[in-house]
Amino acid sequence: MTRASGVSVAIPEVRPAAPRAPFDPEVVRRQFPIFRAARPKPLHYLDSAATSQKPDAVLAAMDRYYSTCNANIHRGIYGIAEEATAAYEDARRRVARFVNAASPRELIFTRNSTEAINLVAYAWGRSQIKAGDAIVLTEMEHHSNLVPWQILAQERGVELRFIPVTGGGELDLAALPGLLADGRVKLVGVVHISNVLGTVNPVAEIARQAHAAQALLLLDASQSVPHCPVDVQALGCDFMAFTGHKLLGPTGIGALWARRALLEAMPPFLGGGEMIREVKLAGSQWNELPWKFEAGTMAIAEAVGFGAAIDYLESLGMEHVFAHDKALAAATMERLREVPDLTILGPPAAKRGGVVAFTLGTIHPHDVATVLDDEGVAVRAGHHCAMPLHEKLGVPASARASFHCYTVPAEIDALVRGLHRARKVFAS
Amino acid sequence: MSGSEDLFREEILEHAKHPRRHGTLSDPDITFEDSNPLCGDRLRIDLHVKDGRIRDICFSGVGCSISQAAASMLCEEVEGKTLEEVKRLTRDDVLEMLGIELGPVRLKCGLLALKTLKAGVYGIHQWPGEDE
Repeated sequence: MTRASGVSVAIPEVRPAAPRAPFDPEVVRRQFPIFRAARPKPLHYLDSAATSQKPDAVLAAMDRYYSTCNANIHRGIYGIAEEATAAYEDARRRVARFVNAASPRELIFTRNSTEAINLVAYAWGRSQIKAGDAIVLTEMEHHSNLVPWQILAQERGVELRFIPVTGGGELDLAALPGLLADGRVKLVGVVHISNVLGTVNPVAEIARQAHAAQALLLLDASQSVPHCPVDVQALGCDFMAFTGHKLLGPTGIGALWARRALLEAMPPFLGGGEMIREVKLAGSQWNELPWKFEAGTMAIAEAVGFGAAIDYLESLGMEHVFAHDKALAAATMERLREVPDLTILGPPAAKRGGVVAFTLGTIHPHDVATVLDDEGVAVRAGHHCAMPLHEKLGVPASARASFHCYTVPAEIDALVRGLHRARKVFAS
Repeated sequence: MSGSEDLFREEILEHAKHPRRHGTLSDPDITFEDSNPLCGDRLRIDLHVKDGRIRDICFSGVGCSISQAAASMLCEEVEGKTLEEVKRLTRDDVLEMLGIELGPVRLKCGLLALKTLKAGVYGIHQWPGEDE
């Protein structure tokens, strides 16, 4: 892109660093300022499924954007506006390439996964779903891939069906053909990796069955895109939602990927500036993809940070990140066996990503988390935005440890220490 | 908050492990149930009331030690009091009973019992001063 001004201002530079090899979480960890900050006791952050920490590279990219070329995008004729536009669209290209989208036009920036799913529920759902249709979800969905469909179902008289979860925390796929059999299902919505159980679901097989029944597949990839290689074309999904803040990026930016033909046929979601081509008082023409779905000023700096986070993860190698997650989950499950009364929720380590949820006897997970906090160990306690799943598993709440590329084995030791202490504090 | 040693001081643990006034009443004059969706705490409070005075009070439900201890202490505290006196109870009264500092998340656990009791006494979901 040419710049109108002759002043030399650096375009935000967030190109991948030279690949590091081999993957070393101790080295990675030092690139995250939150772990370098002085504090009374070390921070053992085991809540990456809720949100990830941010490396220097991401913060620097956002800072560079604000410091050197902050301007509104797609409008300004002047130099920094063109630089800002280039940085924003460059981020879109990186995010699109990261999930192997056929084109950056298929990649819509949103606030987060929730907004991406709502975009589909409103723009696609309300133009395509009618009374008597059915939508198949699973019992392990995060509320973000359940509530938008409940709202649509109530509004339109649509039936929601659910793929059951087995006692072992996996999807009971034997039930799927029956759920699809009557030909009324228009959409199958499924979470890729469960935010509670860590279960990695067989998406390609579910997509195959959905398509054979003339239904589309929506993938909630909030916990997968940040942790493992995801290829939308290989998986065969039609819509995919994911978010930046779980992927080492900032909050306030997420993405919807969808097949281009679907996006072309969908009406807009939000109306306003940028999403239109021509406006008259009597009506408007919509802008082309992807901007048709990006009304108003978007989170520009956050998009730049999202792109930088992807560069950072690519420099680590997603295979390495996922192998690290899985190894930590396996080690954690092994270590937790030495804690009496502790019950792990979900499948064996081989079938999960970097998430381990558990209950500790009759001690309320909030109390467990409070004692752990005293040891500097940050875990999530509650239902993790998956109340129906907890009901199915017969527990009101659970505690959850979750990992990312910066998690180190010593943090698992701290977790186990804290759990022993919690048992002591609450011994009756 | 200087740590779980303080948060889980002996009296709180004692109330959480052996809650007073735990159970349900038959034919309660007032019964109210509320929950704290964030942590899955559920609390029900039953009252027998005569001449505007609490004759008997019980609570039931599941929750963390803070919410259970607060319910146990509060039920003990208000037995024999008039409904007007209960209406005058504030969050500071409960925090004083607990004797600990609570962060914004655990505050909801600590105040669930008061919220449930007041809503029951007022017969409404929102009681005056709830937002304080």
